[in-house]
Amino acid sequence: MTDQALPLPARRSSVEKLIKTVGLMRESRIGMFGLALVLFWLILALVAPILPLIPPLKQFSSHLLAWPLTEGPDGAYFWLGTDDLGRDLLSRLIWGARRVFIWAGLATLSAYTTGMFMGVAAGYLGGRWDDVLSFIGNLVMSFPLIVLYLIIIGRFGATPLNIIVAVTLATGPQVMRIVRGIVLDLKTRDYIAAAQVRGEQPLYIMLVELLPNARGPLIVDACLRMGYVTITIALLGYLGLGLPPPEPDWGSMINAAQKFGSFGANAMLWPAIAVSTMVLGLNMLADGLREISLRD
Amino acid sequence: MHDTKSSIPVLECKDLCISYYTRGGEVPAVVDFNLTVMPGEAVGLVGESGCGKSTVALAIMRHMGRNGAITGGSIKFMGRDITSLSEEELRSIRGSQIAMVYQEPMASLNPSMRAGDQLNEVLMIHQDMNEQKARQRSMALLAKVRLPDPERIMLAYPHQLSGGQQQRVLIAMALLSNPKLLLLDEPTTALDVTVEAGIIELIKEISREFGTSMIYISHNLGLILETCHKVTVMYSGHAVETGSVKQVFDMMRHPYTRGLFDSIPLPGTDRISRPLVPIRGQLPLPADRPAGCSFSPRCDYFQKGRCDKPIPMLPIGGDPGHEARCVRHEEIDWSFRKGAGQSQEPMSIGGPVLEVEHMRKYYELKDHSIAAWYRGLGRRFVKANEKLDFVAREGETVAIVGESGCGKTTFAKVLMGLESASEGHVKIQGRDIANLPVQKRDPKLIGSLQLIFQNPFETLNPSHTVGSQVARVIKKFGVATKPDEIQRRMFEMFDLVKLPREFAYRKPRQLSGGQKQRIGIARAFGGKATVIVADEPVSALDVSVQAAITGLLTDIQRKKHTTMIFISHDLSVVRYLADRVVVMYLGHIMEQGTVDQVFAPPYHPYTEALLSAVPIADTSVKKKHIVLKGELPSPINPPPGCPFQTRCHRKIGEICETQMPPERDMGNGHHILCHLPEEVLRSMEPVIAFGRGGDEAKSPMRSQPATPVPVPGKG
Repeated sequence: MTDQALPLPARRSSVEKLIKTVGLMRESRIGMFGLALVLFWLILALVAPILPLIPPLKQFSSHLLAWPLTEGPDGAYFWLGTDDLGRDLLSRLIWGARRVFIWAGLATLSAYTTGMFMGVAAGYLGGRWDDVLSFIGNLVMSFPLIVLYLIIIGRFGATPLNIIVAVTLATGPQVMRIVRGIVLDLKTRDYIAAAQVRGEQPLYIMLVELLPNARGPLIVDACLRMGYVTITIALLGYLGLGLPPPEPDWGSMINAAQKFGSFGANAMLWPAIAVSTMVLGLNMLADGLREISLRD
Repeated sequence: MHDTKSSIPVLECKDLCISYYTRGGEVPAVVDFNLTVMPGEAVGLVGESGCGKSTVALAIMRHMGRNGAITGGSIKFMGRDITSLSEEELRSIRGSQIAMVYQEPMASLNPSMRAGDQLNEVLMIHQDMNEQKARQRSMALLAKVRLPDPERIMLAYPHQLSGGQQQRVLIAMALLSNPKLLLLDEPTTALDVTVEAGIIELIKEISREFGTSMIYISHNLGLILETCHKVTVMYSGHAVETGSVKQVFDMMRHPYTRGLFDSIPLPGTDRISRPLVPIRGQLPLPADRPAGCSFSPRCDYFQKGRCDKPIPMLPIGGDPGHEARCVRHEEIDWSFRKGAGQSQEPMSIGGPVLEVEHMRKYYELKDHSIAAWYRGLGRRFVKANEKLDFVAREGETVAIVGESGCGKTTFAKVLMGLESASEGHVKIQGRDIANLPVQKRDPKLIGSLQLIFQNPFETLNPSHTVGSQVARVIKKFGVATKPDEIQRRMFEMFDLVKLPREFAYRKPRQLSGGQKQRIGIARAFGGKATVIVADEPVSALDVSVQAAITGLLTDIQRKKHTTMIFISHDLSVVRYLADRVVVMYLGHIMEQGTVDQVFAPPYHPYTEALLSAVPIADTSVKKKHIVLKGELPSPINPPPGCPFQTRCHRKIGEICETQMPPERDMGNGHHILCHLPEEVLRSMEPVIAFGRGGDEAKSPMRSQPATPVPVPGKG
């Protein structure tokens, strides 16, 4: 034997890897703060059904637009007050987080899948493929986003599916650009040449050889993107194009409360804080991930 | 040559310790390092990657980044301790008193500034010159570094210069403010051999003319021999041996130095009769260096109780100035040479496997501009390969030699089916594949014709385990179909390349460079290859690993009777490894024949220049000195007549500029493409000869007879 084993850690399961990554996160204060914010909302969203909350749809007509810490009719407290229909804000906020995670998550996933396939095809195949895909991407990106949303949702109705389609259309091309850039760099590597030399199909090269190596920057970008999508969904809700009522949704909560001017200030404040902290958390998490990935 | 009597040394490192701080804690990169550079002296720092040689250079510049720090000792520059200087004081020293030239010339120049502005800047900042005066001085220095037409160079952007020109500009830049000390960190590694020879010539001239002290960092012992007076050999953060070049090269007194010399293909080594001896094991990570001698785990002379204690640099008795970090240097029998007489069975060479007939490859360039149309340049061709003709037989190694741009990579691409030939035939076992793209080849054909890549750090996909990457090849080429069968064959490939089977579950980043290249080889042979194209398979590896990889390739080739097309620019490795050599220049085959024929006269003038350009780490070798002038012409617009005429040192006149030279048959398949009359060719002197030095007995390298090496063929 001429070469001996490099001393290295034993193989770890993916759970251990995750714990290790979170451990690395401790090196970035920003990342830790972001992770805490995201986890705060995530855990609340997960445990919402078992929390002793007033049902989010239950209306108390005697307590419209109540202030925080108001005592309710059956002895329950409205910790954060109520909205214009007398529904508990705290409960709606937490149930709303659930909705945000589900729909923003699904929309991001959908945008990512589309963008990734388009990007890897444009980047790897080049030529006509690149011309056509990039043209489509540029065409969509040249549209003012709000107009795009208004057209799609205004025309086809505000259903969760349409929102996902709209977000995918708006975000997909942006993801495509990033993936295309990474792939343009990766495809010059020798392992791609090695795959070509052994006669691999382009689809195999794209999916097996290229995409796994793009995951680093894409994970960071996905965090940021999820933040933007959260804002977008809140924005759509605020514009009245959001997820259908009466299910709680942060954007439409703000929209509903703003009609009452200063009386609605309390009902408007909490969902606004929720959106901001959630997006801030995701952005900071992305920053932290980037920071630790740059360190050696 | 240099004035060692002068009072104070230019640079003095004393007990220098340098550490890097990483996630894992403090990593000592350099430990207890001593170095003295006197005025006018050139000192070489030699060692493999990770030995700390560049760290020393960066520490001298006090430029180690956020996570590096000098943890002990001192660095005195002109008697002043620079470890305690402020940033402000350092700035006034850097670039004016101490200058550095880096490995990658393109990365060292600002791509958006003209070369002239970058040169002037140095003078305007450090010496408060006005632009007019700075310009004059810059031009003068550009002429000094032998750049033709300094006027034009001053106005050029970096991308408009060739690699050699860029490096000359950088050397001029370093010399602008008359530095006391010049640090050269592998300044020629990124360049072609003939360009390298020119730069080395220049560096020697500078040391003579300007009296600048130099620290020359390199992994190439041959270059150190050519440029330096003294040398320090480093291993794993320690200086292991230091002395004058002659002392260290002729009387090495450290087992690592000895190991290094045994693993480089010097003239006289041969894969059959005198195979190289790799150093076993590999460089320990800084974190698990052994106590005591850092080389002990790999050393044949390790003795418990003595070698595992900290060892200082010990003076070699009777040899002032020569020191080695080895407690047993007096006991070891230094004339014993491991591997001597370990001759191998010669290869059996069969019938032709690969036949290349009149192959031509042109790339079409289309220019749609009106200017191009007007001048009739709308369609031009890059003539990458012109009329290639050669044959490779079973079990044979054919080397294709040439500098970048000679068309060797294009040929490999045609062979692999990534490009198709414009004309001619490429036959594998009688089947023409010149125009058969890889998508249309059947798996068996693809499997029988595989490639070993140059850079092991890039050929393996970092996301997959190395085992799965080898298994993929076995499955893809239909060698095995059932999963357990595939796995068994995959493990067999690991045995073949002498890697433990557990390594199959590792990701590429968990392997060293040499181990990665072994996986690359396993992958190439996985499909029962009959022809292997090896594109510089060892040039990215460390010297001691190179020997192991070339040995492995030879072993596998013998076992499997594989034909190997070995693409390289390194003539030392070619001489060691190949049976036949094809020398290419600008797409033409300039010379071909057996190794003995090509490496001995008669030569093609280009082969002659190439041979003289290769640095050889043997003090007894006398080389003829040929430095090629000018730049490689562009293959879009090759010179008329002989392609080599623009740089040829043996040009005979007009005929070279007008007529394509005839292919002269010098007998036994030795062909030379040259106008020189046959008598002139036959009367050439060998480029490399062993001089008759006085200390014959001391040099282990000189067990060869003092004849030209290798022995001329029958032709």
